[in-house]
Amino acid sequence: MSQFLQVMLSGLATGSIYALVAIGFTLVWQAAQTVNFAQGEFVMLPAFFVLAAMKLLGMPFWSALLLGLAISLLVLGLLFKKLIVEPILPHGGITLIIATMALGILLKESVKEFYSAEAQPFPSLFPARHLDFHGAVLSLQDIFNLVLCLAIVVSLTLFLNRTRTGRCMQATAQNPAVAEILGVNVKRMILYTFLINAGLAAIASFLITPVYLAKFSNGESLGLIAFIAAIVGGFNQIRGALVGGLLIGVLDNLTATYVTAEYRAALPLVLLIAVILVRPQGLLGTKEGRAV
Amino acid sequence: MSKPVLSVRNIQKSFGGIKAVRGVSFEVQRGEILGLIGPNGSGKSTLFNCILGQLPADTGEVEVNGKPVSNIRPSDLNKLGVGRTFQQLSVFPKMTVLDNVILAGQEHRGTMLSRLFGPGDAGLTAEAEKMIEFFRLTPYRDTPAGSLSYGQQKLVDAAMAFMAGPDLVLLDEPAGGVNLTMLANLKDRLVAYNAEHGTTFVVIEHNMEFVMSLCTRIIVLAEGAVIAEGSPAEIRANQTVIDAYLGG
Amino acid sequence: MTKVNKGFIVAALLLAVAIVAPIGQGNYITYTLASWLVFSIAAMGLNLTLGYAGQISLAQASFMAIGAYITALLTLSGWHWMAAMPLGVIACFIVGLLLGYPALRLKGHFLAFVTLAFNTLVFLVLRNEEWLTGGSYGLTGMPRPGFGLFTTMKQFNFYYFTLAVTVLAALVMWGIVRSPWGRAFTALRENPIRAESLGVDTRRITLLAFAIGSAYGGLAGSLIAPLVQFIEPGSFGLAHSLRILLMVIVGGAGYFGGPFLGAAVVILLPEMLRFTQGYYLIIYSALVIVMLIFVPAGLMGMGQRLREKFWPGRQQRADMAEGARLK
Repeated sequence: MSQFLQVMLSGLATGSIYALVAIGFTLVWQAAQTVNFAQGEFVMLPAFFVLAAMKLLGMPFWSALLLGLAISLLVLGLLFKKLIVEPILPHGGITLIIATMALGILLKESVKEFYSAEAQPFPSLFPARHLDFHGAVLSLQDIFNLVLCLAIVVSLTLFLNRTRTGRCMQATAQNPAVAEILGVNVKRMILYTFLINAGLAAIASFLITPVYLAKFSNGESLGLIAFIAAIVGGFNQIRGALVGGLLIGVLDNLTATYVTAEYRAALPLVLLIAVILVRPQGLLGTKEGRAV
Repeated sequence: MSKPVLSVRNIQKSFGGIKAVRGVSFEVQRGEILGLIGPNGSGKSTLFNCILGQLPADTGEVEVNGKPVSNIRPSDLNKLGVGRTFQQLSVFPKMTVLDNVILAGQEHRGTMLSRLFGPGDAGLTAEAEKMIEFFRLTPYRDTPAGSLSYGQQKLVDAAMAFMAGPDLVLLDEPAGGVNLTMLANLKDRLVAYNAEHGTTFVVIEHNMEFVMSLCTRIIVLAEGAVIAEGSPAEIRANQTVIDAYLGG
Repeated sequence: MTKVNKGFIVAALLLAVAIVAPIGQGNYITYTLASWLVFSIAAMGLNLTLGYAGQISLAQASFMAIGAYITALLTLSGWHWMAAMPLGVIACFIVGLLLGYPALRLKGHFLAFVTLAFNTLVFLVLRNEEWLTGGSYGLTGMPRPGFGLFTTMKQFNFYYFTLAVTVLAALVMWGIVRSPWGRAFTALRENPIRAESLGVDTRRITLLAFAIGSAYGGLAGSLIAPLVQFIEPGSFGLAHSLRILLMVIVGGAGYFGGPFLGAAVVILLPEMLRFTQGYYLIIYSALVIVMLIFVPAGLMGMGQRLREKFWPGRQQRADMAEGARLK
C-alpha cells in the first residue's frame, strides 16, 4: 500500500509535467495548425540554456533560470514562429510537420555537438527531502512539482477564460476569420500562443530535468508522451491535456512497477490505439471537430 | 404514382436558438427539375446541406430511392446514385478535363482491386469523351481544368456530376457568377440531359430567371418553412411569394 | 502521351547508368550502390503513403525491420529467399492495415502519431525477445540467394540481383500511380471534398496506400538482410524512419523519381560531408528546413521549376492557389 501511494504520487508529479507540455502542444496546434514534432526537444533545450548560463557566464542558479526562460521565449516562441512556422505553413500542414521534425533533429544534434553528449546533472528547484506519510516515503520534490504544475494550469485556464486577451486567443483558435472581423489582432494572439507554449516547455524542462538529468536525447520520449497525452485527453481543451498527462504519468509508473519494465515504453501506443478505437474524441473531448 | 426519387420528411435544424429549418417535407419524382428558392436566410442552404448529409438534421428523414441516407458519408451517398455540383468552383485544377470527367466515373466501375490493376482509364475514355462533347468542351479535352474560364469550369463540374449516371443530381447555385451566354448554354445542356436521361434535378438558386425557365416545379422557402409550391407560372403569380421577396 | 515517352526515355537512361555504375568499382562502392537501391524501394513505398495519399508514416524503418527479421529468420533456417521475402512483404501489408485502420478513421495526422509509437514498440520487441531476434546482438550470417548458376554471394552479383528487384518494384509502383488509384490520389490532394462527393472513398484508399507503402518497406527489409548480413534493432530505430522520410521529402514527395533521387542524396551526402564529422546531421537538418521554406516540392520540384523557367513550353497552374483555397 505504501509503495502504491509512492508510485501514484510520483506518477501524478511526472504526469503534471507532461500535462504542461501537452497543453502547449495543443494550444499551438489549435491556434496555428502547427503540429510541432519538435515539442520534446523544446522541453529538452531550456535546461541546457540554464546550464550554459551557469557554466559559461558563471550566473547563480536562479538568475540562470530566468535567463533560460527568457531565451526559451525568444528562441522557441518568437523565432520558431517567425523563421519556421510563418514561411512554411502556407506550403501545407504536412510540410510544416516535416520541418518541425527536421528542427527536432537540428536542436538535438546541436546540443550533442556544441554542449555535450553526456547526461548532465541539473539542480533541483526544491529541496530533495522526503516526508513520512503513514509509512509511505513521499518525495517533497514530487509534491512541489505537482502543486506548481496544477497552479500553472489553473492560472492559465483563468487567463484564457477570464481576461480579454485570453478570450481573444480562444476566439482566434476557434475561428480566426471571425475573430479578425470582430477586431481581434489575430497575429498577435497567435504570437502569444507560441510564447505560452515556449514558457510551458521551459517550466516543464526546469521541473523534469532534475529527475532525468539533462541529455540531448530527452526529447524523443517526452515529445511522444505529450502528443499522446493531448490526444488521449481530447485536445481542444486544457482540461483534456491535463487529464491525459496525469493519466499517462500514473499508468506509466504503475506499468513499470507492477506489470513490465521491459515494455513500459509501449504503453503510449496501447493507450493511443485504445482511445482512437473506443473514444476517438478523447476522454474529455466533444464530438465536434474530431468526427470525420 | 411511382416511388419518389427523393423524399424529405419533416427536416428541422437549429443553430443555437435560431431555427434555420422548421419541419420541411417534400418529394421529388423521377424526371422532375425541382427548384428550391427563397430569400437570403430562408434556410435553403441549410436544408440543402441536411439533404446531402453535410449537416446532421435535428429531426426528420431523407430517403433516396426509398433508402435512408442520414449520416451517410459523401462517397457512399454518391454510390447510391446522387450527384452534386458545388456553389464554388469545384474541379481538380491540375488535372485535364478528361481526367476530371474520368475520375467522376471511375469509382463506380469495377472493384477497388480492378481499379488498381486494370486499365488506367478504367475503360471510361470513350464515355468521358461523349460527356465532354455533350457539354461542348471537346476543344479543352486535354487542358488542365483550372485554366478554363469560370463558366467552362461550371460545365466541367456539371459533366462530373452526371458521369456516374446518377438518379438524382443536386445543383448548388449553378448560375452564380456565370455570364449570360454561358448561362444559356448551361441551361440548354441541363434541360437536354434531363430530356435524354430522365435524371431528376434539385436546383438551389438565386437567379429567378434561370430557375423559372429551367424548373418544372418550384418550392419557395421563407424563414425555414415552405410558403409556396407549384409550377413556375403559379409561383410567379403567388402573392405570398412576392411579399416574402419584397421583405414583407 | 509525349510526356509518358519522355519519362520512359529518362527511366531507360537511368537504368543504363545503374547497370554500368558498378563496373570496375570496388566492393565498397558496389555495396553503397546496392544500399541506395534498397533505400529507394523503402522510400518509394513511403512516397505512395506521403506523396500520393498525403499521410505521414514514421514507421518505415520498422516495416523494414519486420521484412528483414522475417527474411533473416527464415533464410537462416534454410528457406530460399524467394520463399521468405513474400512472407515478409505480406506481414508488413497486414500490419499496415491493422495499424492504419484505427489511425485513418480520424482526420488529422493520427497516422503520424500511431506510427511514431509503433516504431518504439517494434524496437522494444526486437530488443527484448532475445529467443527469437537475438536481442541487441541481432542476427548474423544470412545467406544470399542463389539462382542455379547465378549466385549472389559476390557483391557485384548481389547488386544486379537488387537492381532487378528494384526495377520490378518500380514497375509495379508505376502501374499503381498510373491506375485509376493514381488519379484518385491526385484528386484527393487537389480537392478532397469534391473527390468524396464523386465517390472516392478516402478512408479506404488511403488505408490501402499506407499498407502497400508499408509492404514496400518490408521488401526493402528483406533485401537489407542478405545485403548487410547483420541486422540488429538499432538499425531500425526512429532515426532511420526519419531518414527515409527525408529521402522522400528531399527528392520530392509525389514525384515518381523523387525517392531515387532523395535516397541518393541522403546516402551520398554523408560521404561528401564526411569532413564535417559530427556536424553532418546539423547541417543536413538545417538544409532540409531551408529547402522546405523555399522549395517545398523537393529537388524534383526544383528541377521542374527550372525547366519551366527555361523552356516555358506550356504554361499552367497559375490557378493552383485558387484551387487550394477552395477546400
